[in-house]
Amino acid sequence: MRVHLDVEKCQGHNRCYALAPELFDVDDYGQAVLLGNGSVSPDLEDKARLAASNCPEYAITITDS
Amino acid sequence: MTDTIDPTISEPLALSDSPENAIAWERVPYNAADYGPVSDFATDFDHADKEYNPNAPEVWKELRDSGCPVAHSDRYGGMWTPITHEAVQDVAYDTENFTSRSVVVSHARPGDAAIPAPIGVVPPISSDPPFHNLARRLLLPPFAPKQIEPWEDEIRALCTRLLDEMGDITPGDTVVDAAIQYAQHIPVNVIGRMLGFPEADEALFREFVHNTLETINAPTADRQENFQKLDAYLDAQVQDHIDNPREDLTDYLLNVELGGEKLSQEHVRGSMVLLLIAGIDTTWSAIGSSLWHLAQTPADLERLHDEPEVMTFALEEFLRAYAPVTMARMVAKDVDFHGCPMKKDDWVLLPFPAANRDPRVFEDADQFIIDRESNRHAAFGLGIHRCLGSNLARLELKVAIEEFVKRFPKFELAGDVSWSVGQIRGPRALPVRILETA
Repeated sequence: MRVHLDVEKCQGHNRCYALAPELFDVDDYGQAVLLGNGSVSPDLEDKARLAASNCPEYAITITDS
Repeated sequence: MTDTIDPTISEPLALSDSPENAIAWERVPYNAADYGPVSDFATDFDHADKEYNPNAPEVWKELRDSGCPVAHSDRYGGMWTPITHEAVQDVAYDTENFTSRSVVVSHARPGDAAIPAPIGVVPPISSDPPFHNLARRLLLPPFAPKQIEPWEDEIRALCTRLLDEMGDITPGDTVVDAAIQYAQHIPVNVIGRMLGFPEADEALFREFVHNTLETINAPTADRQENFQKLDAYLDAQVQDHIDNPREDLTDYLLNVELGGEKLSQEHVRGSMVLLLIAGIDTTWSAIGSSLWHLAQTPADLERLHDEPEVMTFALEEFLRAYAPVTMARMVAKDVDFHGCPMKKDDWVLLPFPAANRDPRVFEDADQFIIDRESNRHAAFGLGIHRCLGSNLARLELKVAIEEFVKRFPKFELAGDVSWSVGQIRGPRALPVRILETA
């Protein structure tokens, strides 16, 4: 699984950082930052799905590889 | 009203244009007779009708079920209200056709002597691109998650103190007002401390908020007078900070630079107005609505008490189901929107709380599901004006509910609830009977 962040769509709601801090950080302005290269280990797949399905701006997407 | 507006609904309004050098102007002269009880929200929408806030979810459902994505009203000199998530989002994302120049609907509109777009009187909420991004970036850092997290202990101590001040509680007998004795004090105390204003002025802050948001039909001259009082208060606080510098948000605003220069006096004052007004009855309303829900839903109260970790999802469900904030825009230029012929200077309400109840985006949208896992709610808005204080609001709401439920594991409604009037929705009086104490 791979998680993608569209920084143009992100408005800093910080839902991803709250739900999946292993995958997302926030910068000094509260904007989301993807940690690593977006590759999601199997134990974090549920958190990645949560982050995606709670983003009000649809800025996070998930692909199989 | 799915495609076009039926011209027989009402006579066209006689609209005037803004006179020169006016701070505020009335497009249609104010007449109290135009603001009676609403009979049909599709064609005569009025969010300040006193029946609206107590019954808003039913109003939205009725409008959606009748196939009306955008309601209209001749009130306030012409106002549109998108109801569906799609329509609300389309307005929020469209900064070309909709300006943020004024975000509080009233019968008066900002005139050309008021600070014009793209800055507006309360930047950055009143600002449009490209200025908006500059003004917003100044205020984002102090409200970023990692700057807000350290406030948790202080907020918890404040909530504990408010609960202590309720005095002796006899379970099954004592009635407290969760809005008046609890919710209303929390955000006002925190933002006052962040700005470095005297704690003794909290009641005054609530008066400023009330005057701005709940007296939208007061005569324009009275509203201007109220705004001047607020400006005078802030000028005095600014002077005090200049005379006695200390580390707080006011000091930050006085010293931060935009393009190599300090902010203008109007910008500093406008941003202070925004922080003071926007941060208070919004969160107070969210706390009140959440406790109102728990007072009537023993199963959710029990789950939250016995299983505190459900708060991760419950917090967002409170925000979705009871989002307090409806924003507004003005039409920047004539535009056809979802079949509605919108004219320049028409008001457009942005009811994010209605978008949060749209069944096309949320399963069982009118049901409160305490562990709802997928929740793209728009309580803090959508697009470039996402609530600047959302991290603080979330923390205050979470801590306020946690502490109340920890102290009072069981409570129930104990009388009539009174609701706010206008764009911010929440209980203003919320009597609850305490049934069990920790």
